[in-house]
Amino acid sequence: MPAKQKLVVIGNGMAPGRALEKLFEAAPDAFDVTIFNAETRTNYDRILLSPVLSGEKSFEDIVIHGDGWYERNGVTLLKGHKVVAIDRAAKTVTSERGIVAPYDKLLIATGSSPVIIPVPGHKLPGVLTYRDMDDVSAMMVAAQSGGAAVVIGGGLLGLEAAAGLKERGMNVTVLHLMPTLMERQLDPTAGHMLKRELESRGITVITEANTEEIIGEAYVEGVRLKDGRVIPAKLVVMAVGIRPNAALAREAGLEVGRGILVDPSMRTSDPDIYAVGECVEFNGSVYGLVAPLYEMAGVIAMGLSGREAAFVDSALATKLKVTGINLFSAGDFAEGEGRDEVVLRDARAGVYKRLVLQGNRMLGAVLYGDTGDGPWFFQMIREGTDVSDIRENLIFGPAFVGGGKADSGAAVSALPDTAEICGCNGVCKGKIVGAIQDGGLTSLDDVRAHTKASASCGSCTGLVEQLLTLTLGDGYNPAAVKPLCTCTDLSHADVRRLIVAKALKTVPDVMQALEWKSSGGCAKCKPALNYYLLSNWPGEYVDDYQSRFINERVHANIQKDGTYSVVPRMWGGMTSARELRAIADVVDKYDIPAVKCTGGQRIDMLGVKKEDLPGVWSDLNAAGMVSGHAYGKALRTVKTCVGTDWCRFGTQDSTGLGIRIEKFMWGSWTPAKVKMAVSGCPRNCAEATCKDVGVICVDSGYEIHFAGAAGLDIKGTEVLCHVPTEDLALETIVALTQLYREQGHYLERIYKWAKRVGIESIREAVVVDDENRAALYERFVYSQQFSQTDPWAERVDGKDAHEFAPMRHVSFREAAE
Amino acid sequence: MSGLWREVGTIGEIPAAGSRVVRTDAGDVAIFRTAQGAVHAIEDRCPHKAGPLSQGIVHGGRVTCPLHNWVIDLATGGVIGPDEGCVRTLPLRLDGERILLDFSVLVRRAA
Ligand code: SRM
Ligand SMILES: Cc1cc2nc3c(=O)[nH]c(=O)nc-3n(C[C@H](O)[C@H](O)[C@H](O)COP(=O)(O)OP(=O)(O)OC[C@H]3O[C@@H](n4cnc5c(N)ncnc54)[C@H](O)[C@@H]3O)c2cc1C
Ligand code: SF4
Ligand code: FES
Repeated sequence: MPAKQKLVVIGNGMAPGRALEKLFEAAPDAFDVTIFNAETRTNYDRILLSPVLSGEKSFEDIVIHGDGWYERNGVTLLKGHKVVAIDRAAKTVTSERGIVAPYDKLLIATGSSPVIIPVPGHKLPGVLTYRDMDDVSAMMVAAQSGGAAVVIGGGLLGLEAAAGLKERGMNVTVLHLMPTLMERQLDPTAGHMLKRELESRGITVITEANTEEIIGEAYVEGVRLKDGRVIPAKLVVMAVGIRPNAALAREAGLEVGRGILVDPSMRTSDPDIYAVGECVEFNGSVYGLVAPLYEMAGVIAMGLSGREAAFVDSALATKLKVTGINLFSAGDFAEGEGRDEVVLRDARAGVYKRLVLQGNRMLGAVLYGDTGDGPWFFQMIREGTDVSDIRENLIFGPAFVGGGKADSGAAVSALPDTAEICGCNGVCKGKIVGAIQDGGLTSLDDVRAHTKASASCGSCTGLVEQLLTLTLGDGYNPAAVKPLCTCTDLSHADVRRLIVAKALKTVPDVMQALEWKSSGGCAKCKPALNYYLLSNWPGEYVDDYQSRFINERVHANIQKDGTYSVVPRMWGGMTSARELRAIADVVDKYDIPAVKCTGGQRIDMLGVKKEDLPGVWSDLNAAGMVSGHAYGKALRTVKTCVGTDWCRFGTQDSTGLGIRIEKFMWGSWTPAKVKMAVSGCPRNCAEATCKDVGVICVDSGYEIHFAGAAGLDIKGTEVLCHVPTEDLALETIVALTQLYREQGHYLERIYKWAKRVGIESIREAVVVDDENRAALYERFVYSQQFSQTDPWAERVDGKDAHEFAPMRHVSFREAAE
Repeated sequence: MSGLWREVGTIGEIPAAGSRVVRTDAGDVAIFRTAQGAVHAIEDRCPHKAGPLSQGIVHGGRVTCPLHNWVIDLATGGVIGPDEGCVRTLPLRLDGERILLDFSVLVRRAA
């Protein structure tokens, strides 16, 4: 067995990651691999930085190879090691930190760097580029406190950055040098449609904007244009293009043009040195999308394992990854001599399609609004299909061309097995269909796990779902609604809607009218229905006691041994000697085994016997305390910090606001639990930025946050808005909660609801539309009059007395005698 | 008919689709009344981790344990799949409104 050769890789981006994967498949033990990477991370999916920025994904979601992968494959990964020299004679590379590594084969994968326009002020803090996770982290930090951002560059990256920053609550302006956006991928019409769409989302777009200077003293304050206009901003993102990182190769004496020159086998001018990715120039082209890079990766894996292959440059397709915007472009769509175009517009539906043909072949396609046929067109462009027979109906897509009926799956079913469905991961139709059939796959997640299709940027998700439908027929339904439970086929959304539409007002009514499949429901649907009825018909619906989980029936938390815990409210975390004394007395009197400070700034008494609950409550009530609803799908705690009362940094009365919110909102039932917090300044000692609703007080008022989580999922909040007064803060929070009460699915926390309905729709309803906010507020106040009765006091007064005493005591002692 | 029959109360004392506990020195017994009016008595101990079944949500002829959601059939005491197990049921007789239980299963075990 030959000794293992040494393979050194410079750069650890997506391209070399794929090359190594393929290499380990083809020749698992051929090389000892060492990777040098300037970034301090493992390999991650750069394409998905935009979803991380917009908050749809976390960094963990986009890691491609975790540390374990390197370990399993015996790869030495040197994180944070930049290579500064290649010595081709000695066959070594040297890192910034002085590490020298010998190689038999070298793979250069240094990627590219963002172009920085050298206008005055480009070095000010607050000027960022958009390339790696550090950039995204810096943008997220800047966005935390809102304010204005300018994005220079209206191409793919710039627009994704703009949408992400907007999503995070910033006021965003895009400056673009050309007359229309994304001019390299879109024709002017589609560029205009895109501009209008972005503007309708509240992003300002200035085209033909020539940046003269970035202004600011110690930190960015704005951008001045050549025409004199100044756009204020605390954050400037430059996304004006990329430049291959070829300097290292040039210094080593390799042939370099714009990028490192390679032949079809991906070898540089030194046959022992390969190059892959965005640092490469092939046939006069450099690359900025992963699909061709992955093809290069495959070619290199073949070369390194001794089987030659050749890279061919082919047409590319692009999609913009901004949720809700559908656009697709492929090939060459410029006008030109001998070229024809076919255009289809449907203004009402916001659809625009344009195909460019030369002779009998398609050269390019631009689709806006309805991109379903994109892959079908792309396939014909790549394969140079003769379209003369179908030309007349071509633009209507495969559904019409084939003369078949127009169903949504037609486009996909018309594709050949070799058609590429997932560009990111290079997965073709045949492979997906095969995996579904052979692996018995039934869901999108299954397909992702088995084939990687749709696992990266996700823009092919619709196609993969259509393939599932085609392959499984009725066994898969792309629009499949998840039924509320096994008693019904209806989803939470349907049930909520039908309760209102059919004016259903009791649990049995709902089960009858909506044709429940079980006679009495189950432990999942009963509490859900009870909540929906309660929130839709306040004041009218009588709570169905037997549909509630035990904790909400007895207003305490059941413990593993069948005893209960009792948590009284401590408004905003404040307490007093009188309350503490009452708690101490109760603990002694009822022999309560454990007392604990909760994570919610109050006190928990654990191990209370069920029979003792009314007595415990009675004594706590006497000291002025009420139930803390620590058991309920309801308002839990409002944590606060000491604020202006005591703290030298406090900007507003955070404790006072927290108490005000809690006193106003306690007792209200919600789809899932609701936790809030108010911090007196951005130091955020009340941890408001991981709550369902949080407030950060600032000098100028109140920054309202929502949709955070710190339980099963960890998620920082989104900024909803900034308001100047405490009254408006309360009104906004109440309106937000009411909207959630009306729209949320049972057990769906605020962050999941927000993700489902879209943060923008919530902002529109609660912040932008003043009338609607007032109406939501009123509806909450109305329902509160039926909710703000202390459940403990009611039970001390005898409500549900049967709960707390056994029906009989039976002893067998006498019987035995 | 031999056995350890005792009167434990009346149907009216149990809420429909609810339950009550009968406390005995051989352990607790849960008595359920379904929405359809059937009455069942089973040991108040979930076969999983001894959760108090009397505290669960009653639906149809079944109860869901409050601790980890196992579902138990009230008539047979059997656990509904995918979980497995069985709770002891107690023979029950109705005399008009009055409920009588035979505790011999429990007591023999306790002895
Ligand atoms: C008592 C307390 C722990 C403590 O000793 O500090 C606690 C105790 C329980 N938590 Fe919690 N949670 C407590 C604070 C938290 C926090 C911290 C916070 O609120 O600041 C979190 C993370 C924040 C969050 O919710 O985002 C937290 C996340 C959870 C979760 C995960 C929820 C999620 O949607 O991700 C559950 C499970 C659930 O609700 O389904 C849970 C469920 C539970 C239950 C109710 C489990 C159960 O169903 O029986 C525990 C009841 C124990 C008992 O009988 O008292 N607990 N729990 C805290 C009570 C706070 C209070 O005063 O009301
Ligand atoms: C925000 C964003 C969105 C994108 N969206 C899409 C999309 O939707 N579709 C698509 O196809 N493509 C998209 N791309 C482009 C795609 O991510 C890149 O084409 C691809 O990641 C390039 O991979 P690479 O391995 O060539 O280089 P990179 O991923 O850039 O990796 C190069 C690595 O080498 C390191 N390095 C550089 N010099 C040295 C040195 N001297 N020593 C050691 N290490 C060094 C760098 O730190 C870097 O980690 C997007 C890119 C970005 C930034
Ligand atoms: S983390 Fe919460 S749910 Fe888990 S054991 Fe602790 S208190 Fe119970
Ligand atoms: S104890 Fe009943 S389900 Fe666990």
